Amino acid sequence: MPQYLLSVWHDGDYSDLDWSSEDMARIGAQVNAVNDTMRDEGAWVFGTGLRPASSATVVRASGGEVSMTDGPYAETKEQMGGFWIIEAADLDSALNWAGKAAAACEAPVEVRPTDA
Amino acid sequence: MPDSLADIYRREVGRCTATLIRILGDIDLAEDAVAEAFALAAEQWPVRGVPPNPGGWITTTARNRAIDRIRRESTRVDRYIAAYRLRAEDMEPDHNPELGDLDAFVDVVADDQLRLMFLCCHPALAADTQVALTLRLVGGLETPEIARAFVAPEATIAQRIVRAKRKLHDNRASYRIPRPAELPDRLRPVLATVYLIFTEGHTATSGDSLTRTDLSGEALRLGRVLAGLMPDEPEVTGLLALMLLTEARRAARTAADGAMIRLADQDRSRWDRALIAEGHNLVRACLRRNQPGPFQIQAAIAAVHADARTSDETDWAQIVALYDQLYDVRPNPVVALNRAVAVAELRGSAAGLAALDALDVAGVADYQPFHAARADLLARDGQRDAALAAYDRAIELTANPAERHFLESQRAAAGNRPGG
Repeated sequence: MPQYLLSVWHDGDYSDLDWSSEDMARIGAQVNAVNDTMRDEGAWVFGTGLRPASSATVVRASGGEVSMTDGPYAETKEQMGGFWIIEAADLDSALNWAGKAAAACEAPVEVRPTDA
Repeated sequence: MPDSLADIYRREVGRCTATLIRILGDIDLAEDAVAEAFALAAEQWPVRGVPPNPGGWITTTARNRAIDRIRRESTRVDRYIAAYRLRAEDMEPDHNPELGDLDAFVDVVADDQLRLMFLCCHPALAADTQVALTLRLVGGLETPEIARAFVAPEATIAQRIVRAKRKLHDNRASYRIPRPAELPDRLRPVLATVYLIFTEGHTATSGDSLTRTDLSGEALRLGRVLAGLMPDEPEVTGLLALMLLTEARRAARTAADGAMIRLADQDRSRWDRALIAEGHNLVRACLRRNQPGPFQIQAAIAAVHADARTSDETDWAQIVALYDQLYDVRPNPVVALNRAVAVAELRGSAAGLAALDALDVAGVADYQPFHAARADLLARDGQRDAALAAYDRAIELTANPAERHFLESQRAAAGNRPGG
């Protein structure tokens, strides 16, 4: 079955989020519920939240040399906050999961088909 | 007189493409196969005569040619995939593959057209892409024709279509008719696309002629196809009725010199009574279902206008009531603007201006009809300087030469009125 990447997007790298807040507790519970449904319906392949974008390192390899830069690759305000890989029969099914994911995360979700 | 090949092409190409996409599972292969079959028809039909079922001939020929080509050109893996697709013609799990009789065949072909409409208007595509893809695949228009119709560079339209096909392919978009639960969300962009094609044809955003008949005619054709395919969807009927009632006024909308004539000043004897009668019947039929929606309400408004033998006889109370109803389901500044214009007719220019001033100004700041309507009401209210300023803004925002000419003459008339 085709696999899709569902990525969750935030304005900012969300390093200032208060994980103990009521909002985060609510969102966490909503996301857990979606994860359970995905597993029950056989759509789940993998999914996780990400640590803040400021914790990223970009590695480049050229001419046998490996170099590193501190911070995320894309220097944009919007950063990926987490993602799923799901299996879905077709685009409509993937979009349907994305709708549930966006509601649970209270954030926009990008659907992108994979080569798998 | 027998149909010309061009007539047959226009009538059948969308249907044939729709079926070939299902059979071949690929948009590009389907388009190539149908084009090849029509090329063969252009060679053979003048000599052997047009077959009794031209669409069936094209579909069968295109299918056989495509199979030949797949066998000839493909690798073993491709052949395997193609063979699987050709066997698995039934890509829709709930459709019955037993083609026992002609009715069933006709149903499947009709289903293919719907599948194609819903695919072209998939909500994952942008609105202008939905329009271009619908005109190309369902309407059978060539890319240069679409580009001309929208006064857009050919390369832009071509790229839009290529990207859309690629996106649908990469995303494994299914070729299916939405389930009843999905239908309201999926039907909306289909109707919006057809209406956008119609309005673009009706009031060209730029270009010298106010009406571009080709696009209006294509939208009407698509509207009739949809209404035939989904007779139980009142909004589909409402859309067709709205287009017919608007189209009925086309001859009266422009003067001999191409200048625009507004509704109040149109020679109503030039309205097309046959289109009005057809539109009226459809409005009555869908309103009886009592599931009002925006297209039905707009069609009802157009029907009230069509009922009035002269502008003065217009039932403005009814029109304001319908706009109130429309605003309930589509609360946007454009509807509010039209409502305000109707209020001015019912209760005078001051009441109309009050309704206009109540609008969210930011939402209509760059909307030409807002400034044109306001200018007209200000002039009628005797506020000359304010009217002239509003005309200037409206003229600034107009790209269509016929509309600009109309506004300029209105502005000149307002300048000659007493008051200030």
